[in-house]
Order: sequence, then C-alpha cells, then structure tokens
Amino acid sequence: MLEITTNHYLVLSFVLFAIGIFGVAARKNMITVLMSIELILNSVNINLVAFSYQHGNLTGQIFSIFTITVAAGEAAVGLGILIAYFRLRETTALDQARDLKG
Amino acid sequence: MKELLWLIPLLPFVGALLNGVLLRGRVSKGVAAGIACGAVGLAALLSLGIIGDYLMSTGGQAHRTPFEMDLYTWMPGGAIHTAVGTGVQNFSVSMGFLLDALSCVMLFVVTFVGFWIHVYSVGYMAHEDGFQRFFTYLNLFMGAMLLLILGNSYAVLFVGWEGVGLCSYLLIGFYYKEEFPPYAGRKAFITNRVGDFGFVLGLFALIANFGTLKYTELFTKIAANRPLMESHYHLGLTLASFIALALFIGATGKSAQIPLFVWLPDAMAGPTPVSALIHAATMVTAGVYMVVRSNVIYQLSPNVSSVVAIVGAATALFAGTIGLAQYDIKKVLAYSTVSQLGYMFLAAGVGAYSAAIFHVMTHAFFKALLFLGSGSVIHAMGGEQDMRKMGGLKKYLPVTYWTFLVGTLAIAGVPLFAGFFSKDQILGAAAGHGNWMLYAMGLLTAALTACYMFRAFFLTFHGKFRGTHDQEHHLHESPPSMAWPLRVLAVGAIVAGYVGIPAAMTFKTLDINYFDRLLHNVLVEVPGLENPEEHALSFELMLIVASIAAAGLGILIGWRIWGKRGLEGERAVVERFPGVHRVLENKYYVDEFYDATVISGFWATARGLFRFDAGFIDGFLVNGTRNVFVYAFSLGSSLFDKYIVDGLVNGVGRILDGFSRGFRRLQTGYVANYALVLAMGMFALICVYMVLRRG
Repeated sequence: MLEITTNHYLVLSFVLFAIGIFGVAARKNMITVLMSIELILNSVNINLVAFSYQHGNLTGQIFSIFTITVAAGEAAVGLGILIAYFRLRETTALDQARDLKG
Repeated sequence: MKELLWLIPLLPFVGALLNGVLLRGRVSKGVAAGIACGAVGLAALLSLGIIGDYLMSTGGQAHRTPFEMDLYTWMPGGAIHTAVGTGVQNFSVSMGFLLDALSCVMLFVVTFVGFWIHVYSVGYMAHEDGFQRFFTYLNLFMGAMLLLILGNSYAVLFVGWEGVGLCSYLLIGFYYKEEFPPYAGRKAFITNRVGDFGFVLGLFALIANFGTLKYTELFTKIAANRPLMESHYHLGLTLASFIALALFIGATGKSAQIPLFVWLPDAMAGPTPVSALIHAATMVTAGVYMVVRSNVIYQLSPNVSSVVAIVGAATALFAGTIGLAQYDIKKVLAYSTVSQLGYMFLAAGVGAYSAAIFHVMTHAFFKALLFLGSGSVIHAMGGEQDMRKMGGLKKYLPVTYWTFLVGTLAIAGVPLFAGFFSKDQILGAAAGHGNWMLYAMGLLTAALTACYMFRAFFLTFHGKFRGTHDQEHHLHESPPSMAWPLRVLAVGAIVAGYVGIPAAMTFKTLDINYFDRLLHNVLVEVPGLENPEEHALSFELMLIVASIAAAGLGILIGWRIWGKRGLEGERAVVERFPGVHRVLENKYYVDEFYDATVISGFWATARGLFRFDAGFIDGFLVNGTRNVFVYAFSLGSSLFDKYIVDGLVNGVGRILDGFSRGFRRLQTGYVANYALVLAMGMFALICVYMVLRRG
C-alpha cells in the first residue's frame, strides 16, 4: 500500500502553488486571477499544516489560521477593487487594464 | 667762500621753483619780480665774492690752480674698455663744479649782465600777461646757464646745454597764443638738436677712448696721449679731428653759425629781454665757451681748427651783409649777433682762445645794451619794430639814444670803447698766424658792422619821425627799471675793454693785458706744440690802424647815406642795387632752401612713414590680424558651441531617453506581467539563498 508521507502533501502544495502562479500570470479574467491568488494562499496553508503534523506541533496550524484570515481580508479588498474597476471600465479583461502603461 | 660755489646755480633754480610751482598765481607781480631778481642778484653778489676769493688766492697767476668740487655721484658707471690707460676704466659721472679763470670770466658776465636784464624785464614786461611765467623761465634759464659754465665735466655742461635750449624754446615761444612764436621756438630747439647730435657723438668718442668726461682728468689724459689723438679714427679723420668736429657741430647749433644759424633771427619773436639775455649775451656764447674749454682737443687738430676759423669768418661776413638790408631793428641785431659770434669762432679757430672769450665778454655788454635799447624803442613805439616807421627818436628818448650810441660805437670797434680792444685782438691773432684771407674777411666784416649798425642807429634816432600820429603821442622814455640797466651796461660797454689792452697799444711799454694773462692757464699745454711767435711792434700797430680805418670807413658811409639822408638814402641805395638788395633782404634765401630740401624731405619721410604705419601696420597687420583672429575665433567658437556643447547636452538627453525607453518597456501596465516578474524574482532569490546555504 502507498504510504502517504509529508512529502506528498508538500508536492500537492507545490502543484497547487504552481497552478496558482500560472493563473496569476497568465489568465485574462480578473476574477480568475483573484481565484488563483486564493489558490496560492491555500497551498501555503496546506504546506503549513503538513509541517505542523510532521513536527507534532501546533505552530503551523496557528500560523495557517492567520494566513486564512489575511486571505479573507485580502480577497474582500481585492473584490472591492475589482468591482470598482468594473464599474469604471465595464470589463474584467486584464489585458485591457493598461492604465499604468508607460 | 669758494665752497659756496654750488649755491650759484641753485639760487636761480629756487627762484624758478618759487615762481613756477610753489607760489604760482599766488603772489603779486612785485613779489614775483622780487624773487626772480633777488635770486639772480644774490647769485651775482655771491659770484663776485667767489671770483674775488679765487683771484686773490695764493700764488702768482701761473700757479693758480682750479678749484673743483664734486657734489655727488650722479651716474655711477661700470667698467668700460678704453683706448688709454690699462684698458679698463671705471666710468662714472658726478655732479660737480669747476672754478678757474675761464669760468670766473663767464660767471661774471652771465650773472652781472643777467641781473641787469632781469631788472629791465620788470619794467618791460610790466603790462604783459604771464609776468610770473616769464620770470620763472628766465630764472630757469639762468640756473641752466650757470650749470653749463660751472660744470666740471662735459656731462654737467651738457645738462646745462640742453637746459638752456629748453628755456630758449620756452621763452621764444612765450607769446604762445600767436602763431609765429611757437613755430620759432620749435625751430630753435630742433635746429639746436641737430647740432647736439654731433655734440653727443663727440662725447661718446671721448668716453670710448678716455673713459671720463671730467675736464681735469680728461685733458691731462689727452695731453699725455698725443699719438692716440693723432691716430686714425673714423671717417678719415684723426681722433682729435673727429672729436673736435663733432663738438663744433654742436657749437654751430647752439651759437648760430653756418649752417645752423637759421633759428636766431626767428628767435626775435620772443620778448626783447629774452633776445638780450639768451641770444646775445649768454646762451649763444655757450658754444664759444665749450670750444675754448676744449682747447686742448683743437690744438691737436689743426685741420678742424681751420674749419672752425673759416666757418666763423664766413659766418661773420655772411651775416654782416644780411644785416645791411634788414628793416626790423631786432633782426639787424640778430644778424649782428651771428656775425660777432663768427668773430669769436674765428679767434678760437686760430688759437686765440683768450681773445675769443674777451670778445664774449665785451660783446655781452654791448649787445645786451643794444637789444635792451631796441626794446626801449619798441616799448616807446607801442610795439613797432620796423625802422622805416621810426626816425627822430633822439629827442623823445634821450637816455635810450645815448646808451644806444655807446653800444653802436662799441660794436663798430671805435677806439676807447670795449669792442675795439677785443675785435682788434682777434684780427691781430688772425693776421699774426698768417691767415690773410681770414684777416681780410674779418676786416671787411668790421667795416660792414660799423656800416649797418650806424644805418640802424641813424634810421631809428635821426631825421624826421615817420610813424603815425598815435604812435607819436605814445612816445615816452622808459621807466627807471629799464633806463638804469641801460646806463649800467653802457658803462660796461666802455670799460669792459680796458682789462685787455694789448701791449702794442701802449707801444710795448706796459704789459697790461690782464685778461690774456688771466686766461693763460686755461690753455692746456701740449708737449710738442709750438707757441705763437711774437711780432714786431710796427706790424701790430699797422693792424690797429687798419682796424680803426675800417671802422671809420663804415661809419662814414653810414653817415653819408643814412645819417644825412635818412630813409631817402635807403631808397637811393635800394634803387641802385635792386637785385643785391633783394637777395640780402631775403637772407640769401637760406630758409627757403632749407625748407625745400631738408624740411620737405623730412616731412615727406614722416608722411610716408605715417602712411606705412597707419595703412600697413595698423591697417593690414594689426587690423588684419584682428579680423582673422576674430573670424577664426568666432567660427571656432560657434562650431564648438554647435557640435560639442550642444552635442554634449543633446547626448545626455539622448542617453537618458534611451534608458527611459528601455525602462518604459517594463511598465506594461499589465498586472499579470508584474505578478509574473514578482514570482520569478522570488524564485531567483530562493535559488540564490539555497545555493549560498549550501556553500
């Protein structure tokens, strides 16, 4: 039978992280980007919890509570910005958001 | 008392300083005159005292040594190579004075006559502008003249020489607001300068060969180096001849001999006392003094001495003829001065140095007297100088009349008056040396002198008055300040001759030629040169008779033509000899000749040089260079500005632009790019960290 070790969790975390990075860098829809950011944050959480289990310590878990909280706050703010931007520009296409160009 | 010698030139200089600088425009005419006359008067008294002191000093006349005093070293020179001595001398020039028999005589003449002329000027210049300035210049002149005659070296002499030249210029051009006087002043100064060129060459030759200019040292060296003096020098002349000739050229300028006499008649543009002092009694005799002082050089150069004598005699005759046809009374006297100076050089040229100085002395008295007398006449006539407008002034100007007569008799060489003794000595010397040609010229001139002087005398004082009615009303005798000097000088014109009565006149019974004896040791003895021989009494007596006859003949002609017939006599003469008269009246056209040749030449050269300077040097070289430089510089600077400066500025801009273009590409505005970069950077840092951790 396949032994599920800490490494497996780490790989999962890494894969999720990579997908998240990909999403942030290469997706057109702003909402998708936000979702990818959430994915990154969550991958970090998995990482933290995995290490917490490995060390037999609650430090990782407590830290992941913090990151969840921050992620939530940040998601709220991010959505707020997105809605404000949407109201202005009527689009969620990231490649059209070139106001900072120059 | 002799130690106070240095005060004598100083006093007039102080007077000039006071009147010219310190008290200028601040004192009344009386005070100014007092300062000036006082300075000269004191100098005169001091001179008399010092002369007395010197003459009474111990020893007989033959042993009388000169008194010399050096005040300070003026030019401490260095070593120079000379022809004599050990070859290297220390040449230096000091300011010093020499008192010997010759300087005593000159000192007496200059201060005594000078003083009376100062007194006369007070009266004469009383109503003129520039009264104080006149006396400043007059004092300055006296100071310079005294330096000249008292100096103990050629250097000090030359200082005085130039100084009197300067004052002559200042005083001739005294009426500077008119056109002619400044011109005459310049003419005098420049003509003098031409002569000075020769003079200075002579001085250089002396320095180069003997290393000193001090009379005592120099003359001893010269006398001891006869072979050197007779050796060949430049221009085919011996050294002695070269120096003698060079110095004589200076004398022709200063003492108005041929060819440089032309300034003296025009110098009559100055006030009459100036003519009396400078152009009769003192400055013009400086040349004679210099030649006599240099007698050792002339003794060693018989050729140049002959030249001196010939020039003198020729000038005397030449000027005498001109005097016969002049109408301006001062011009007559001016040419008469030139003529009498010729006599002095004639004497010096034949070796009769004491006779030359004797004539200087007597001439100073009677010529100053004549000039002052003419000034009196001009003053009375309200400025008129043309004799044709005078006449019959005897009754209006008695003092002037009688004193002028004394002067005329003196200059004509009438016995018992001063001129007779001195002139006769000169002619005697000429004849005694066998120079019959010169003697004849001198004798003829004596007759001419008597003739033209009496012509002037008769035309001025005898006959009917020919002036205007206004002038007649204005006629008055001169004030005492002018009359007394006339009287004093008249006495001098009679008495001054008695110190030099030659032996022959006393039929060789008495040896009372004091003057000759006095000046005897001014002559430097050169070993090997012969002394003049004695002549028979009958010979000398014949000469005396001939002189008297010549004078008498001149006076007789003068009386017949002008005394009896006045201006009508003049007209008759002019009618009979129109051509001759015209030439004489126009002074043989000498001035015109000089103008056409030398003067025009110089002006043409000056103009040419000016054109060269203004056109080529200023125009082409200077301005041309300027233009080229300005153009080149402006071109360069514009290019520099355009390419380099602007290039730098633009370059900086372009670089920055390049950078910013590059950096702008980072700012895509595309958030995803930013996120990607962010992530990649993060990975890079982690890799670096891990690598470093490993190491």
